Parts: sequence; C-alpha cells; structure tokens
Amino acid sequence: MLESNPARVCRGGSGPRYPHRVPRVVVDVVLKPEISDPQGQAVLGALGRLGHAGVTGVRQGKHFVLDVEGTPDEAELREIAETLLANPVIEDVELHLSGS
Amino acid sequence: MRIGVVTFPGSLDDVDAARAVRLAGGEVVPLWHADAELPAVDAVVLPGGFSYGDYLRAGAIAARQPLMRAVVDRARAGMPVLGICNGFQVLCEAGLLPGALTRNSHLHFRNRDQALLVERADTAWTSSYAQGQTIVVPVKNGEGRYVGSDADLDRLEGDGRVVVRYAGGNPNGSSRDIAGVTSADGRVVGLMPHPEHAVEELTGPSVDGLGFFTSVLQGALSA
Repeated sequence: MLESNPARVCRGGSGPRYPHRVPRVVVDVVLKPEISDPQGQAVLGALGRLGHAGVTGVRQGKHFVLDVEGTPDEAELREIAETLLANPVIEDVELHLSGS
Repeated sequence: MRIGVVTFPGSLDDVDAARAVRLAGGEVVPLWHADAELPAVDAVVLPGGFSYGDYLRAGAIAARQPLMRAVVDRARAGMPVLGICNGFQVLCEAGLLPGALTRNSHLHFRNRDQALLVERADTAWTSSYAQGQTIVVPVKNGEGRYVGSDADLDRLEGDGRVVVRYAGGNPNGSSRDIAGVTSADGRVVGLMPHPEHAVEELTGPSVDGLGFFTSVLQGALSA
C-alpha cells in the first residue's frame, strides 16, 4: 500500500539515554503523517481544555527499548524495526543507536 | 469439505466460526496457532477476537506465528482464507491483504447490526450473494478503521478488490466505507463485520452471514 520508508537511523546523542550496562537500542514508531491519529487528537483536545493553548498538534506513537547482546547489528535491528515493531503500511520508524 | 478454524490465544469467535461452518455443511478442523504444520484442509477461517491481547498492533503477533506461515504459503497457492475482524487484521499484518486496520476515528468500540453492500459476488467467500445485494450482520470493533494512501485506495478500487462496503453509516471511519477486501485472485477475503454471528434467527439479526460459508463449500463442489 503506502511507500515503505526505510528506518531512519540516529547515532550518538540524538536518542533518549538510559543508565545501563548492556548496549541498548531505542526504536520510535509513529503513524505516517497522512494517517490520521485520533488518539493524538484526543490528547490535543485534553491539552486545550487544560489551558495549554500553545500546543497545536500531538502525534502518539510507540517507544521500544531493546537490550542487545554484544555489538548491535544495525542491519538486523533495522529488519526487526521494519518487519515487527512497525507496520510500514501505516507507520514510520526511527532507530536510535546511542551506543553503550 | 474440511475447513480449518484457527484458535489464537485471545481468539473469541472461533467457536461461532466453527458453528457457522457446520451449519453451512462443512467439516470443521480445529487448528492451533502454535502448530507448525497445516493439516489437510480445503480452506481456513481466521476468527475474531483479540489475539495476543492486541499487543503491539492488532493481529501483528498472530500473523507471525508458525501456523500462519503455513497458511500464507497455502493461500499464495490458492487455498481460500477468510479473515473476520481480528482475522482480517491478521491477514493485513501477514501481507495477504493490502492496507491496515487501526484505531476507530471516534475512539469508541462500536457494536451494532450493520448493513453491508456486497460489491463482489465472485470471490471464493461471496459467490452465494448477488452483486449489489445488501446484507445485515453484526459489527464490533475498536480498531476497525481501514486505511491506506489515496493512491493505493484508488488502485484497490480500480482493481475491484473491495468486497463489501458499509451502508447506512460507517461504524469506524474506514476510508471510503471499505468493510472488506480481497486478494487479487479472489481467494483470500478479509472483513471487519461478523458474518458468523448472523447464521441463525435465534441469535443473529439475520441469517445473511451464512452465505460466506456456503460460498466456499459450493466453490469446492463446482471446482
């Protein structure tokens, strides 16, 4: 159906950091911009009712933290992200290889 | 004719699906999702429910179970497969049907009797109907909104792969009122509404749903 975008890969400091010993990989999944996100819109509505008029948009997604043995294999992680963690028909995925 | 009905952890409507198969005159073969081998069956039904609690995405984990890999292989070789509700989600996640099903636009679970317009009466699962016929069967879902890009939906409609469309109101915000679609060869059909809940006067709003199950049996007889 929709064009499948390859997972975006971020290295170094751009990803969220966790105190840890084993290498961790963070995968963020969000609905593609053209797919409407009623959950995000419900959050936006709640923010408006709480008086946070400055927030003009909310997209809700998923955040996965993977503990990985040894050196993370980027190709394998990309496959995991694109074939299981995200549905490329409706979702974009971003890998954060923040190192150990 | 032997029709397999798959049970996943969290399936709810496998018993109703099996009952519908029997009422239509078929022999039911109960199947378990973790089995690696698909026994000798002529068709497979993937029932509704909440396989794996809808974790990750509805149908995502079920679509990657051992039995489903065998079902995908057999379906690509022409075996008829019907996915109802969660079963439709599984078929999309498994790549047997295009598109995806996601959260209803109004965020509510919707449970009601639903009119459907039959647009394809020549698939393995809809040959008992007449093209243009309206049927009424229950619909019940929280993540039943069928989505795809405009270009992909245009292609889908151009290829005539919309099998049933919501009539008299769209229960979940599905693009273009699409309730069910088919594979290019017309052998795999998925739909969000529940024909297996409309097979007896006592418990259903109609007996309109029985046609899905008689279709596949008649297809086997005439083949």
